[in-house]
Amino acid sequence: MTISGVALLAICTLLGGLLGDLLGVALGVRANVGGVGIAMMFLIAARLWLVRHKLLSHGLKTGVEFWGSFYIPIVVAMAAQQNVVAAAKGGPIVIIAGAGAVAVCFAMVALIGKLSGRVETMDEIEAREALEASVPHFKSGRVA
Amino acid sequence: MTMISHVLAANSLITAFAAVGILMWISGAISKYLTFGRIHGSAIAIMLGLLLAFFGGIATGGEKGVADLPALTGIGLMGGAMLRDFAIVATAFEVDVVHARKAGLIGAVALGLGTVVPFILGVFVAAVFGYTDAISLTTIGAGAVTYIVGPVTGAAIGASSPVIALSIATGVFKAVIVMIGTPFVAKMIGLNNPRSAMVFGGLMGTVSGVSGGLAATDRRLVPYGALTATFHTGLGCLVAPSILYFAVRAITGG
Repeated sequence: MTISGVALLAICTLLGGLLGDLLGVALGVRANVGGVGIAMMFLIAARLWLVRHKLLSHGLKTGVEFWGSFYIPIVVAMAAQQNVVAAAKGGPIVIIAGAGAVAVCFAMVALIGKLSGRVETMDEIEAREALEASVPHFKSGRVA
Repeated sequence: MTMISHVLAANSLITAFAAVGILMWISGAISKYLTFGRIHGSAIAIMLGLLLAFFGGIATGGEKGVADLPALTGIGLMGGAMLRDFAIVATAFEVDVVHARKAGLIGAVALGLGTVVPFILGVFVAAVFGYTDAISLTTIGAGAVTYIVGPVTGAAIGASSPVIALSIATGVFKAVIVMIGTPFVAKMIGLNNPRSAMVFGGLMGTVSGVSGGLAATDRRLVPYGALTATFHTGLGCLVAPSILYFAVRAITGG
């Protein structure tokens, strides 16, 4: 049933929100502490459990995935209702923070790549696989 | 004319679905014909959304963008915190833990850095521009992580709408640069193997930015980058309104 997926999603979201609020109270801040992230972990755990017990039906999947696919349109609606007139005064922040974050992250991709040594490139992998496929192998005693 | 606006206003949420759908069609067409697929339709749609909110704000003098127009109040419900959190949580359903193991330690390191480093940078830039309160600093910092982590964090800790709008715009701008810039720097940063693609996905985060950028570089790398990038938003939504917020609060003192 589709509703079981929607209900599962709703229960995870509510539980996450509740725990986030409780965490906020416990830590003495008036905020929802990581509620969405906690809800996502509940949903991942629920999915694992359902797969393991072979209870992941098509309807249930449809119910959750519909809302997942609705995520970009909802973000567009969210963007359309912000106080952009007031935000426009802070304009340069957007450009400096956005471009800065990308530049630093590009540099770190290069750095991590250098530090962790050379690996096969995509071209080399494909060349090797093509070579392996063309050479017959006799592993299990039969001609492949 | 009054009949039309009555129907639109009486079915506000349905009107919002139609309006956003039309906006997405237009964005898809712009992406395809004006940018030749370089910039993902979703990023264009979000930018158009922000632009419309700007003109809506000027037209109505209100604080809620186009949602202040009587016919478009449904946008407020559709893009409000309730449905937004619901849809974001739903995306976690596509996360496959078995795949996550494939990314391994290096993917996890990249994810951690990809959350913390842009956050610190965003907080610094916000501080330079005169923001001093922990809530605004954290929200703008979270926007530098992704355009989802920003508003989710802002809503959770109670930031003002202009600050949330700034954080969304920062995240979208980041995604757009990733989409356009990746093919140009790919060679320089060694983006030619699955492992560096996974590191790239974890560091950059935004799935639309990563998949768009990698597709323009080398189509075969897309699944590896998307693999780590899918965890990025979840991790950000978890740590930004909690650990990172507390860290900022501890430094600013309130």
